[in-house]
Parts: sequence; C-alpha cells; structure tokens
Amino acid sequence: MTGDIFTPLVMGVLLGGLYALIAMGLSMVFGVMRLINLAHGDLVILGSYLAYAVVTFLGLDPIVSLVICIPVMFGIGFAIQKYLMGRAFGISGEAPLIIAFGIALIIQNSNQILWTPLSRGLTTSYSLASFSLGQLQFPVSYLLDFIAAVIVMLALREFLVRTYLGKAITAASQNKRAALLMGINNNLVYGFAFAIAMVSAAIAGVFLGMTFPFTPTSGTQFLIIAFGVVIIGGLGSMFGTLVGGLILGICQTLAGTFLGPATQMLIVYVIVLVILAIRPQGLFGR
Amino acid sequence: MSQEILLKISNIDVFHGTFQALWDISLEVRKDEMLALIGANTAGKSTLLDTISGLLHPTKGKMEFEGKDITHLEAYEIVELGITQIPEGRGIFPEMSVIDNIIIGSYGRRARQKKAENLKRVFQHFPILEKRKKQTAKTLSGGEQQMLVIARGLMADPKLMLLDEMSLGLAPIVINELFKAMKEIRETGITIMFVEQNVRRTLQEADRAYILETGRVTLSGTAAQLKEEEGVKKAYFGI
Repeated sequence: MTGDIFTPLVMGVLLGGLYALIAMGLSMVFGVMRLINLAHGDLVILGSYLAYAVVTFLGLDPIVSLVICIPVMFGIGFAIQKYLMGRAFGISGEAPLIIAFGIALIIQNSNQILWTPLSRGLTTSYSLASFSLGQLQFPVSYLLDFIAAVIVMLALREFLVRTYLGKAITAASQNKRAALLMGINNNLVYGFAFAIAMVSAAIAGVFLGMTFPFTPTSGTQFLIIAFGVVIIGGLGSMFGTLVGGLILGICQTLAGTFLGPATQMLIVYVIVLVILAIRPQGLFGR
Repeated sequence: MSQEILLKISNIDVFHGTFQALWDISLEVRKDEMLALIGANTAGKSTLLDTISGLLHPTKGKMEFEGKDITHLEAYEIVELGITQIPEGRGIFPEMSVIDNIIIGSYGRRARQKKAENLKRVFQHFPILEKRKKQTAKTLSGGEQQMLVIARGLMADPKLMLLDEMSLGLAPIVINELFKAMKEIRETGITIMFVEQNVRRTLQEADRAYILETGRVTLSGTAAQLKEEEGVKKAYFGI
C-alpha cells in the first residue's frame, strides 16, 4: 500500500461519476414530480439488459447500442408517467410509491425469466484496457463512466435552462398552479420529465454494465447508492448530484483501500446518516 | 366603450369537492372594459377566476369566449385562446431568474411568435424588471414580484387578463404604481377583470363591477351606480 492515496482518490472520482449518472434520473423525477421512484435502480438495470440484448443480437458496441436504448427507454418512461404515475397521483400520495414498487418487482422478475439469474456484463474490446496517469494504471471503463456523467449532466442543464420545454419542467416543479396558468400542460411536461430521466437511466445502465457485472436483482443495490448520492447532494439539484456522487465514490474507494473492502457499503450508510443528521436537505438542496 | 361581449358566463355552478362554491353565476365581460369583482374573503371571487381559467370546471351552465364554448377546456387551452390569469404575487417561480419567469409566460404556441415584441412592451411597462432580470425571482420585493407576475402574464399575449388580488399586502405607493400600469395595459387593448379587497379603490378604478356574496352575484352595475347603492354603502363603506 505504501500510503498511496492517489490511486483510490482517482478511482473514487471516476466511480463517483458513474454513481452520479445512476442517481441523476432519481433526482430529476423527485425534483419535478416529488416522486420517490423506488423502481429507479431496476430501470437502470433494465437499461443494462436492453443494451445486453442489442449487443448480443445485433453485435453492436454497447455505447453505439444507445442509439436504440435511448428511444426505447424514453418511450417506457413517458408511458409509465402517462398511464401509471399520472393516474396514481390523483389517488393519493402513497399510490405512486406502490406503483413504483410494483414496477421494480415486474422488471426484476421479467429479467429473471428472460436472462436467468446469472450475472451478465457488457464486454467490449476495450473492457480490460487501461490508461496510465504518471506511474499508475486505471481502467478505461471508469474514465468513460466519468466522461459520460459530465456530458449527461451538462446536456441536462443546458436542456433545462435553454429550451422552452426545459423551462416549463423547472417551472412546473416550482409552482404547479402558476405553471398551469401560464398555459403549461403539466401532465405532458411530467411525461417528458420522466422520459428524460429514463434516458439518463439508459445511459447509466450501459456504462454500469460496462463497469460491473449485473444480475436481475442488482437494481436494489444501485437504488441504495443512488439514494445515498441524492441525500448527500440534495434531491432535485443536478450539480449536487454530481458532487454527491463524487463524495460517495471517493469515500468508498478510500474506505476500501485503508479500512478493507467490507467497509465499502458501511461507509455509504454512515455518510448518509451523518448528512441526514446535520443537513437533511443535502449539501446543495433547498 | 364597446358593448361587444368578450366573455359570457351563464348560470354556472362550481364545486370544491362536495362543497358548492358558486351558485348559478351569470356575468359578462365587455371588450376593452375594466371590470371588478368585489366580495368578502370566501365569496368565491378566486373560485370564479379559476373556473374561467380552466383550473376548475362547472357542473352546470356555460362559458363562452368570443362566441366559442370554453366550458370544458383545460387551462392550457384557455391560455392559448387569450385568457390569462395573473395569480397574486406569490405565484412566481421562486428559484428561476426574473427573465426566465417572464419568458415562460410566452410558452403558448401563439405567444411564442410575439415573444420579442411583447418582451419590449413588458420592459416599457416595468423598467425595474429589466434592471433586475438576472436576479433570482424570490429576491425581489413584494411589489416587484407582483410586477413580475403581471409581466409574465403579458407575455402570454392575452385578450382578457384576470387579476387576482393584486394589492394584497403591498404598500399604498406600490399599489398606485400597479394601478397606473394596469391603466396603461388596458390602453394597449387588453380587457381587464380584477379582484380586489379594497372596495372604495376598486370602484374608483373600475368601469363596472359585480358583487359576490357566498358564491352568488348579489349586485352588479357601473361603478358610479354601485357607489350610490345603499347596500354597498352599508356593507363596504360603513355609512
């Protein structure tokens, strides 16, 4: 070990990018619709399996498979909001939560049937490639995760700030009634918000699958990490989500290096508890 | 003033859940006029504005705008036709910049095409907003926030503007400024229907008024007529 702190730091930053990417959709859906999407982890894994299917049957590169995965997940997201969540909102506050839990179960079990419980991965020619930083070697896939996270975050920000639809999504999240009075069709806007969150889930699913093996039940594990990220960064804040991901990633790799691999998840829970105790709205939350 | 009818409401009943808030309301708004709705806190004034805006729907009766039946239209369809409600001052998008608040007013398809022109007009009415355009909306003063919601409403390019309790909690000097702006807006050809608590002030500013009590129209007429009405004097001026 020789006190090398540099390796876990870099690994943590890169891994944190992937975590932020996974959490972005969760953060957006909560920020706009105040919905805690319990199915988010499984929807990300659905993205991984979708990419796995495209890679297996069409022989495409996982990143290229996004050309197909993004529109499919966009459609799934829009449909979930329009036909399930939108209707559940009208019933009670808990109804959408229960629907989300139901979606999670359906995705998990469908994946079990379709793909068996064996673990899968999105392997490519560059899966095992590495790049060097000084004397040290890092996996290329981790670097790709980080780059993807930054690109998705910037794209999402630009979309929310520059376009009418993006502004309408922001407006509807801040004052529902005023948004309606300005001629915004909130139901349609919510549909797009969920669909865009699912686009980020599709991208997260691909990069997750290139970095880690996944099984039909992996969603829960990544839902917990996504929760950790948004609790640290603040639900609904895009920038906070990136920072939250980085903090979580760095803490995990540092703990893994200096305290042993068994503490990697423990440290996540400890940080989440500390943040909830001293700053429940998160570092960048309102 | 023209006698042409812009909005005609006939015998509508409106419920909040099981509670009936409006009873058999009939009313008309004439083109280019400044019409006031007067009444106590729970008289149903805001309910009536929300019904016109399509946030609530009548269970009985009919509403027509420029001869078109709008009774069952949704809020975004109403805005597209040219009716815009200005909510009272807290109806801003607090975390968005002032300019984004204003721009979002032009969200509708029709309004988008006139965005540049309307933006120029809005800054002429409210130069202070141009100075503050980069600020976050929640950092504005109460009066400025009220100007902001009016500005945002103007961006929707309305033919009829519904103003809800514009002067709520504002200093008299600010209220004067707002009424001045309203007169200017009206001169640009926008018909105004407004709700106010201050009856004396309302009857000074309005051409005509309807008085609502517990969800019913009890009196209506020109402002001059209503000022002389015994019931109004007793109930609202304490004479």
